[in-house]
Amino acid sequence: MEVYESARPLCAMLVSLSAVLLIGLSGRWPNLRETWTLMAAVLKFAIVLSMLPIVLGGKVIECFIVHVLPGLDLALRVDPLGMTFALTASFLWIITSCYSIGYMRSLAEHAQTRYFMCFAVALCAALGIAFSANLFTLFVFYELLTLCTYPLVVHKQTPEAIFGGRKYLVYLLGTSIFFQLPAIFLVYYYTGTLEFSSQGILAGKAPEIAVIITYILFIAGITKAAVMPLHAWLPAAMVAPTPVSALLHAVAVVKAGVFTVVRVLLYVFGVDLLEEIGLGVILAYVASFTIIAASVIAMMQDDLKLRLAYSTVSQLSYIVLAVGLLTPSAIASSIIHITMHAFGKITLFFTAGAIYVATYKTRISELDGIGRQMPFTMMAFTLGTLSMIGMPLFGGFVSKWYLAMGAIEAGRLPILIVLAASSILNACYLLPIVYAAFFKEPKAGGQVIAPKIKEAPAFMVVPVVLTGIEAMALFFWPSLILDLAKMIVGYVTGESY
Amino acid sequence: MMEHLPIVMIVLPLLSAVVTPVAGRIHRVLSWYIVVIVTALCFAGSLSLLSTVLETGRISYWLGGWEPPWGIEYLIDYLNAFVLCLVAFIAFIVAVYAKKSVELEIDEARLPLFYGVYLLFVTGLMGIVITGDIFNLYVFLEIASLAGYALIAIAKRREAAMASFNYLVMGTIGATFVLLGIGHLYMVTGSLNMADLAQRLPALYGSKVVQTAFAFFAVGLSIKIALFPLHNWLPNSYTYAPSAVSAIMAATATKVGAYAFIRVMFTVFHAEFLITGIHLNHLLLFFAALAILMGSILAVAQTDIKKMLAYSSIGQIGYIILGISLMNLTGIQGSLLHIVNHALMKGTLFLAVGGIVYRLGITTIEDFKDLGRKMPVSMAAFTVGAFSMIGVPLTVGFVSKWYLAIAALEAGMWYLIIVLMLSSLLTAVYFWRVIDNMYFQPHDASKVSEGSVVVAESNPKDAPVLMLLPTIVTAVLCVFFGIFASLPLSLAEKASMILLR
Repeated sequence: MEVYESARPLCAMLVSLSAVLLIGLSGRWPNLRETWTLMAAVLKFAIVLSMLPIVLGGKVIECFIVHVLPGLDLALRVDPLGMTFALTASFLWIITSCYSIGYMRSLAEHAQTRYFMCFAVALCAALGIAFSANLFTLFVFYELLTLCTYPLVVHKQTPEAIFGGRKYLVYLLGTSIFFQLPAIFLVYYYTGTLEFSSQGILAGKAPEIAVIITYILFIAGITKAAVMPLHAWLPAAMVAPTPVSALLHAVAVVKAGVFTVVRVLLYVFGVDLLEEIGLGVILAYVASFTIIAASVIAMMQDDLKLRLAYSTVSQLSYIVLAVGLLTPSAIASSIIHITMHAFGKITLFFTAGAIYVATYKTRISELDGIGRQMPFTMMAFTLGTLSMIGMPLFGGFVSKWYLAMGAIEAGRLPILIVLAASSILNACYLLPIVYAAFFKEPKAGGQVIAPKIKEAPAFMVVPVVLTGIEAMALFFWPSLILDLAKMIVGYVTGESY
Repeated sequence: MMEHLPIVMIVLPLLSAVVTPVAGRIHRVLSWYIVVIVTALCFAGSLSLLSTVLETGRISYWLGGWEPPWGIEYLIDYLNAFVLCLVAFIAFIVAVYAKKSVELEIDEARLPLFYGVYLLFVTGLMGIVITGDIFNLYVFLEIASLAGYALIAIAKRREAAMASFNYLVMGTIGATFVLLGIGHLYMVTGSLNMADLAQRLPALYGSKVVQTAFAFFAVGLSIKIALFPLHNWLPNSYTYAPSAVSAIMAATATKVGAYAFIRVMFTVFHAEFLITGIHLNHLLLFFAALAILMGSILAVAQTDIKKMLAYSSIGQIGYIILGISLMNLTGIQGSLLHIVNHALMKGTLFLAVGGIVYRLGITTIEDFKDLGRKMPVSMAAFTVGAFSMIGVPLTVGFVSKWYLAIAALEAGMWYLIIVLMLSSLLTAVYFWRVIDNMYFQPHDASKVSEGSVVVAESNPKDAPVLMLLPTIVTAVLCVFFGIFASLPLSLAEKASMILLR
């Protein structure tokens, strides 16, 4: 593969970091502060976009930062896999920034400067994860992401929020120290390197038992992917303000988790090694269980955000399941779903926040007739829902299609049943909300009342509608994501796809 | 002049220690100036010695021109040049810091005495590091210890006297054991020069006298470094000592003890003797693991921040001993790195806490609420130190943990990784309690009377600049050496080669 040396990936990260400084300094002038956030968001996306043609041209962009210890380098490399994640994250940051401004100001939240600073650091960390060239760099940014999102989760600083935050931290930091770090030690001990390679680095270097132990440690250690039974932090983190939930559960944190799973499985273990030992399948079945179980739990939630949280747990496992199948279409599907789910889920979370800002409602049972009050918001919600279910004409269909193909290629028909069942379950827990919003009569104290249009501020509604439309548009123009996915599949399986 | 630098490093602070109290009679502030200048000169001298060592490999200085093994030899190689720099640096940093802090915590009349004893303490530490003669090492060990007892007892709080007495008793037992060890070695070899001993001893490894001598050394030095379960002098000493004293003790005293431990284990005796002669490595490994776990667990149980940091130090000593007891190159490199790294992190933490004590006089973790807003810089430094202790990558704590873990794997002892990670988790627990209180717990106004809230709101002042600067410097170094770890590593590599000949 041709290598292209450039500092651009580093610049993309430094943009957010300098924004942190500027935001911190201009805390007294909210308008100026928000300008920095937006400028950084746009600039960052532009830099990421400028790297796209190079990556599509079959080159990788490398950027060496510093040599820490023998075998431990801080280095960036932009390949198609990282590019997909970086594009999604940096694009959605722009939208989330607008939305955050609307949300935080409407509710007159406290500590907004801290909030926007942590937000920017989180995006820097997410990009760092996307562009990591080795396990060490990945680990650095993985930890950074945990630490800088903690203040966001406990933002309200109520006992509840602090409890939720503690759970968040114990799960994420605890497992990454206790499982992921030892796994990295093992990889380094056996191979003497931590550099990612599309063929995997463990093959032929470590005895089988060590590979299995490392594998288990990694899967247990990457808790951000929220595979059951290590998913409890995600619902607990729902105490955060809604834009944080949107960012956390659609873009940065959980996606960083599944991205890390994909990266580690394909670039540390390698497809051949996993197939040889048969480790992928186990993961696929664990993920299948998570998909179904989380969907069932989601159905029982009355709190809108909690229902969406369990839906996220379930959807993330699609990605893990797909990569576990290890066939070309399945791998492609896992990559596509990172983006597809991001757009769908962020729409849903944005809606939840918009409803809260406009009406202070958080329970699904209170949402009867809300569609007449907030037509734009709820239309966007519908688009997001349909994409989540995987209806044709929506982005979610594309990834499900490839996943089904992958399952057939792998000859694992039970997975198809899981897919079908989960689609039905998705419909069961999301469609009733749409139905209630549009077709049920709005009630207040048992009385039917005439609805008035009362939307959230434009700063929030526009982003919601935009992401909703995007979730649909990705069905018609998925070519960019598809191209990137195909390139990755080509690299890791060694055959063009 | 330059060739006499090794002895100047000792004589200068020793003589200044006498001059300082006298100068303090003329004007109080003079004694502080002297300490700062002397420690700065020592630091410059140690850097110059380091660069000479890097060029020539080693410096051997004969006191009074007497040829070893008859005369006393000062021998500086990669290992002690590196520790010497650390000691001199911390001594300088803490000297700058001390002025404001001790003014509040020590009777004014005793200030010049304090500075004099401080210099004596530094002399002792540097002497231990620089000397190549084992009896001379004992002498400096006693100088440092006696000065140490005085530094703790000088605090205004009454508990300090008790803590100091406890330390005195334990420390004297430790020193006596070391002396007995030296006596036994002298009995069979007739030599006190470490290099000479190293040549004479291998023939005598079967001798019961040598083995007894080793046992005395091992126990005596274990007391000096507060290896669990011989640690009980340490928590109270660190807790009740003046802030500046806690900082320098935590950052250097036990580190120099660990240096002496390594010297005796690997230079006077050989690694081979430890492994095949008396199988000490397994015993040490056990106590190291125990220290790591118990130190961390006890730290979780504390409500006083200084006591928490003290127990955490006991755990960290375990890390240093763990690396040594693995007896491979990587492990010893990990230990040597951890000597420096822990000095930097613990230094940062104690310095930051000293700032809080200075401003608010509180040491209970519960009272830390809202401090993140009141003292942002001190608390940021504290957070950096805490992250480093947890072992977050790109801080020095991660570097040591990395080396120790890889060393454990190389030695085939994978279960040690569980110990290391468990202690990281416990460290995260006890530090997160503090960070949580500082930044995220809402200030509980109901507990505090109306008047004091107003005072607290109107003076959200950080520590004075003289105290902040040293804190910031050590905090920055925690990150700097976490990123550019190859600098200390290259020294640790060379030093470990010398040790495991």
